[in-house]
Amino acid sequence: MSDVVVRVAGLGKRYAIGTRRKSAHPMLRDALAELLRSPRSALRGLRDRRGRAEPESRPSHVWALRNVCFEVKRGEVVGIIGPNGAGKSTLLKILSRITEPTEGRAEIHGRVASLLEVGTGFHPELTGHENIYLSGALLGMRKGDIDRNLDEIVAFSGVEKYIDTPVKHYSSGMYVRLAFAVAAHLEPDVLIVDEVLAVGDVAFQRKCLAKMEDVHQHGRTILFVSHNMPAVTRLCQRALLISAGTVQADGPAPQIASTYLLASLRNTAERSWSDPATAPGNHVARLRRVRITDDSGTTVDTVDIRRRVGIEMVFDVLAPGHVLTPSCEVFNESGLCLFVAHDLDPAWRCRPRPVGTFTSTAWLPGNLLAEGSLQGSVRVFSKNPYVVHFRHDGAVAFHVVDSPDGDTARGDWDGPFPGVVRPLLSWTTAFDPLPTALSPNQP
Amino acid sequence: MIRPSVGWMPIHFRELWSYREILYFLVWRDIKVRYKQTVIGAAWAIFQPVMTMVVFSVFLGGLAKVPSDGIPYPLFAFSALVPWTFFASGLNQSATSLVASSTLLTKVYFPRLLIPMARVVAILPDLALSLGVLLGLILYFGYRPGPLLFLTLPIFTILAFTTALGMGLWLSALYVRYRDVQHLLPFLIQIWLFATPVAYPASLVPESWRLLYALNPMVAVVQGYRWVLLGTSHPGAMAGLSTFAAAAILVTGAFFFRRVERTFADLI
Repeated sequence: MSDVVVRVAGLGKRYAIGTRRKSAHPMLRDALAELLRSPRSALRGLRDRRGRAEPESRPSHVWALRNVCFEVKRGEVVGIIGPNGAGKSTLLKILSRITEPTEGRAEIHGRVASLLEVGTGFHPELTGHENIYLSGALLGMRKGDIDRNLDEIVAFSGVEKYIDTPVKHYSSGMYVRLAFAVAAHLEPDVLIVDEVLAVGDVAFQRKCLAKMEDVHQHGRTILFVSHNMPAVTRLCQRALLISAGTVQADGPAPQIASTYLLASLRNTAERSWSDPATAPGNHVARLRRVRITDDSGTTVDTVDIRRRVGIEMVFDVLAPGHVLTPSCEVFNESGLCLFVAHDLDPAWRCRPRPVGTFTSTAWLPGNLLAEGSLQGSVRVFSKNPYVVHFRHDGAVAFHVVDSPDGDTARGDWDGPFPGVVRPLLSWTTAFDPLPTALSPNQP
Repeated sequence: MIRPSVGWMPIHFRELWSYREILYFLVWRDIKVRYKQTVIGAAWAIFQPVMTMVVFSVFLGGLAKVPSDGIPYPLFAFSALVPWTFFASGLNQSATSLVASSTLLTKVYFPRLLIPMARVVAILPDLALSLGVLLGLILYFGYRPGPLLFLTLPIFTILAFTTALGMGLWLSALYVRYRDVQHLLPFLIQIWLFATPVAYPASLVPESWRLLYALNPMVAVVQGYRWVLLGTSHPGAMAGLSTFAAAAILVTGAFFFRRVERTFADLI
């Protein structure tokens, strides 16, 4: 019991949708105007409105969270993942006491610090030095703590030179570094971090993650919302998958992350257009279908890293006499374009195509892509003059999984394995037995 | 423990106390920021009531010949404008405080009551500055207030503070939901100015209306300032009624604030 620091039971949060902004602000004015025009019906209207406010009967309400239950033990680092709008941020806001739940309850033992934005409480007119105090206090530091850590915070931020300049003159990078320096010196029992902290350059992100690992080393509990799956799997032992306002899965981070990735990709391994009017295309060529296929011609969403995989597009040529080049692009999770490939099939490379249906498949060899989720974009264009007849970005998606069998690039290593591609290289070894130049331990 | 709150909420004084450093830093921020990037800086704190005094003296004291209980009109007006300006800017600042702090409301937790409270507290240095000018003016005109003022002036200042904060709590909480408040506010302050004996003596108000008049706590504040500093007749029983009204505004304001506080982050 005593080592459970966060206990959430039956938590739910209801929001009014759409009508909120429209009716909430002008309501007073409307109510008064109505009252002047016809006092009686206006009063009746007010009463009706109150009557209609019954929670379940109004379709204009939506449950951002419903029946959320989980517990977190001391020292656990829990990743919270899920699609946009699933309720992750709402959960963090409730746990941070920024907004109240509509039902259920949550208990948190110990000091809580929440980092939901970069530079909480920063005031542009104040200097860096002054903002350290302001932001630190708002995030829950005592003045004494700040006094004690001041030099360290300033050093960590790397903006010593400008510490007495108002932060409105800072570059965004300096601003973020200073903000993070303050956040990094919080000493809460429970740290709640939103992914907004993942802004900034790669070096900064790495620093963020390193610092979070450091915080964890000190036995603190962290709740971490992120879309960055590698970060979640590296940092968290455990993850919660939140979707449509409820906890869909709870378990070891790597497992939950891949569940999530697969679930979010399921519908997009194949995409087709039944109605030509909505299909991408023009009067020359129009897309009918795109899918990910394996060797046997089956549509797949998950591919073994060792197997080849095809991106297949089916398109109609509607006007004869054009030389067309199909092309595909592959992007990884962070939106990086891994490569572009043009169709070099000699049969059609320079030949005007007749009217008809074409199926072009680009085969990606095994042991090329790194594990993770990937997106394929397709396109058909003509070169002279350059015209793109259709293009569809992110038409299909699939997931590459690495094998634990030891015959892929990672060999027997089962830890984090970076890189945007994962080719299986051939290695050669030269051996020169010169015992005098080597230490006795080495072969 | 986080759970839905229902109905009226108590005011957690212990929690407020434990967050006192945040109050301190919010006040400190407001003071630091208020006159940044202005040419004359904190002199604005004095300039505002002084200019109003000049305008009042020329048009009301000079042209309209408004009586001033036998006190030189500029001094008569300024002795009221000092607490009035404190009250008016305190009310204005606290009423707009929540909406102005929307990023804080949605990103970090601390007792929301501290936000309007800090705004009113942050006006106190301005009051001190203009009070200094007022004392100089009083001595220049040959008045010699007794040492009692060190006891009584703070009391009347607390009365003004209470009223400004109480109204600020009401309006800031309403402002989150009804943006109408921003249009209403200048109007309200102007009416309140006319309902307070700043430009005219309270003796002009007919006897039968005095009771109603005293429900405005600023009447007692202004009367009190003049009584302590200039030796006019003391506010007497009116002060009791005013104090009661001010306390009522503050208490109802605080409870109303606590009641709607839970929706701030969702509505702002």
